[in-house]
Amino acid sequence: MHLPTYLTMLAAAERTLAASHLRVAGGHTDEPDVRYTCTGFAAQSTRNADALDPIAERYAGRRQAEPDRLHPRGLTAVRPGPVGLLRDLQDLYQLAGLVEITWTLVGQAAAGARDRELIGVAGASGPRIGAQLAWLRMRMKAAAPQTLLVAP
Amino acid sequence: MDSDRVADIWGARTPHGAGAPWPDRVDGFLSGGIGEDDVERWVRSACLLCSNGCGLEIAVAGGRIVGVRGRAEDRVNHGRLGPKGLYGWQGEQHERLTAPMVREGGRLVETDWDTAMARVVERSRALLDAKGPLSHGFFTSGQLMTEEYYTLAAIGKGGIGTPHMDGNTRLCTATAATAFGESFGCDGQPGSYTDIDHCDTVFLFGHNVAETQTVLWARVLDRLDGPNPPRLVCVDPRRTKVAERATVHLPIRNGTNLALMNALVHELIARGHVDAGYVGAHTIGYAGLEELTRDATPEWAAEICGVPAADIVRAAEIFGTGERVVSTVSMGFYQSHQATAASCQVNNLHLLRGMLGRPGAGILQMNGQPSAENNREAGCGPALPGFRNWDNPEHVRELAELWNVDPIVIPHWSPPTHANAMFRYAEQGSIGFLWIAGTNPMVSMPDTGRIRRILSGDQCFVVVSDGYRTETTELADVVLPAALWAEKTGTATNVDRTVHLFEKAVEPPGQARSDLVIWLDYARRLGLTDKDGAPLPAWNTPEEAFEAWKRCTAGRPVDYTGLTYGMLHDRGGMQWPCNTGAPDGTERLYTDGRFPTAYDDCETFGHHLATGATVSETEFRASRPDGRAVLKTAPYEPAYELPDEEYPLRFTTGRTVYHWHTRTKTRRAPQLQEAAPSMWVEISEPDADRIGVAEGDIVRVTSRRGSIEAPARISRIREGTVFAPWHYGNPGDEDPTDRDAAGRDTADTAANELTINAWDPISKQPEFKVAAVSVVRVRAGDGPAPAPTTTASAPVHGTSTTNRR
Ligand code: SF4
Repeated sequence: MHLPTYLTMLAAAERTLAASHLRVAGGHTDEPDVRYTCTGFAAQSTRNADALDPIAERYAGRRQAEPDRLHPRGLTAVRPGPVGLLRDLQDLYQLAGLVEITWTLVGQAAAGARDRELIGVAGASGPRIGAQLAWLRMRMKAAAPQTLLVAP
Repeated sequence: MDSDRVADIWGARTPHGAGAPWPDRVDGFLSGGIGEDDVERWVRSACLLCSNGCGLEIAVAGGRIVGVRGRAEDRVNHGRLGPKGLYGWQGEQHERLTAPMVREGGRLVETDWDTAMARVVERSRALLDAKGPLSHGFFTSGQLMTEEYYTLAAIGKGGIGTPHMDGNTRLCTATAATAFGESFGCDGQPGSYTDIDHCDTVFLFGHNVAETQTVLWARVLDRLDGPNPPRLVCVDPRRTKVAERATVHLPIRNGTNLALMNALVHELIARGHVDAGYVGAHTIGYAGLEELTRDATPEWAAEICGVPAADIVRAAEIFGTGERVVSTVSMGFYQSHQATAASCQVNNLHLLRGMLGRPGAGILQMNGQPSAENNREAGCGPALPGFRNWDNPEHVRELAELWNVDPIVIPHWSPPTHANAMFRYAEQGSIGFLWIAGTNPMVSMPDTGRIRRILSGDQCFVVVSDGYRTETTELADVVLPAALWAEKTGTATNVDRTVHLFEKAVEPPGQARSDLVIWLDYARRLGLTDKDGAPLPAWNTPEEAFEAWKRCTAGRPVDYTGLTYGMLHDRGGMQWPCNTGAPDGTERLYTDGRFPTAYDDCETFGHHLATGATVSETEFRASRPDGRAVLKTAPYEPAYELPDEEYPLRFTTGRTVYHWHTRTKTRRAPQLQEAAPSMWVEISEPDADRIGVAEGDIVRVTSRRGSIEAPARISRIREGTVFAPWHYGNPGDEDPTDRDAAGRDTADTAANELTINAWDPISKQPEFKVAAVSVVRVRAGDGPAPAPTTTASAPVHGTSTTNRR
């Protein structure tokens, strides 16, 4: 089965998302809401990954060969200025989007596998990433006119 | 008629029992040598030095104000006035700005209105042509008149079309508005001050009412000292006068409000104090609330908040068993990192018990400033005028129709820009024209050093209209002299929706003009018009502006259509909504358990309280509130900045009874200035012992952002917490010659040098209540700290003097 591969991938993607949040938080300290919110999101994603680890462990023995280029890449550097911030947030949005849909897919598989523990974890973690997406979306929408029309 | 409200802040008691009317007691003050016979005219108005809005009359002789007296018939104060109301007006008679000023060769020089306005309009026009409306920002106050706010809203949102408009109300009252929006769908105070007269239980959440609204505290004291006094619960890290009278005082660690609130809700549910009938019929979200507070036990909260679990249990029991409970909420909750969530939990406590909409059962989410409410109503802050929803196309269309402009002009693609973001845009230069009216962000905004850089830089042209030279005018490119209270006519609305007419009593000094006149002049010179080419705004006088504002409120929860200047003159304060259905105004909202949460009514679809992400229209519709209130909360999170080894203490800021904001008026009133002449910081006795600080020693308080030096008052504040009043600026910002070669003051004193630049995710109200600091002793002082001894800043080992003299 490929679920074990997806569980490992998901935990890794949450950790990549956490690291990317921290990079954005640390790189845009003059934007306090980004700094503190993304720091909080990083902790949340790390907790999501930690909650998944023991389940992934449980499935580890049933692992099949995995396809290439499975793992998403995180942000390696932040971009300067208002446009840079907007673009960095878009990267986070893309990454969080992948994590969120993966939780949905894993939740579906969990239902099929009648795995109550995984159903519970996916049901709690997925919506948290949904909330991250909602925040990122709101923040980008608010910043877009100023950034695209008048930012120096 | 002279009353002494410096030593005797709250005046003589007039006790009464539950349900009896609050007796009259008329306070007055005439300046030295003036007798009642010398007074030529008494002009009707109200006090504009805090959000209480006490009705008064202004004594005029020889074209000058010579005194004030309370109006016995006014529903807010029944004649009483506090220290600021009695003495504060004197500050308007000294050191006023009397001529416009423009910056020439780096210095401000006096000029005439034509020159100053030409410069304003030239820069404004050039930027609008080159960069469009998003290059403009307006930062206003909580101390202007409704007519002025509405005029600016029409200019900025209907004429220019910029979303960048906010008030310093963001610093004082934004959370009251968002908490109402989240819980009830729309802003609007549910309760009434008369609830104090009826209640059997009072909860004060982060509200040092004894100092911030002294006349309201006098109202509470008259119940506490009468027959069948209410039980009182006080949440405040300081041993305030309120705390001294409390049945239960919860001196929680600053920054832990939501942990306490979640535990109180947990207890209410766990002990079966929920009115299931009310909750079922009039609310949604109960299951979510129960789930989110399930683990928030008193023991859990006690650990976080640093108070005994038994006290939390007792407080919850008092709330759960009261038959008529009033809650007030203020800055201790609003100026913190989970402000909206914590304040919503207060609303939730009342909703769970069906404890609103009847005498004695009410919520009073306080405002700080006297007309903060009007800034919110008229659309200079987080909402569109008339509490309209920026996310509802029909609401935007209504506004466009009122102003006769194309709806596309009105910015409604996202919420109006909040002050913190506006200053950030000004810092980056994408706002190149910033107009600051009647406020002093150099002292009131967080992280003073940063605000100084923004306002003094070349990237943004700064216009400031004010009554005085302030730390902020010193950095402006153009300074415009503004008329103040009693020098113009207009209306303002207090905490409990009471609208007062403030009548003009005297002429403004020199060339000073009202903000209404200044903004209309700006609009005319800029050539703003509606879509048929008629001048916008389409009014010229305060009364015409008021009539226009009434049309804007028609059919909205904030309905003013039944009010007129004549009625307000004759009757004193009246509460909105006032219309044909309620011609005498409305004492309490939501008496029938119906809330403005239907799609067409609501001001907001709400937010996710944990992150601040907006609830979409689809989500909102799916939740089907349809006139029911919304129960919601968030898990507790620690404050943005926590104490550590280097900065081991929790810094918080607040006000003192004798001063108003950045003291522009009160420091020019001798009785008030003398009572609290200069900066101090408060620390607890155990902390003082540990650091080796004695009363009056000069200490340096340092955070990651800056440091200040001031005499230490050793008070009964909670151990681990340091308090400083934020009224006092830096000597070097008032008088730039006080600076060293690097442009820094030799020793800063402004509390906001230390505060963190961060805010609540929904209300965007800045965090002023937790910053990690260290305290060291610098040298011995010359006597006790200059802090009042009559209030929460009293020394732990009492002295008999009011103050160091
Ligand atoms: S309580 Fe407020 S409104 Fe009333 S007199 Fe005092 S400062 Fe003025």
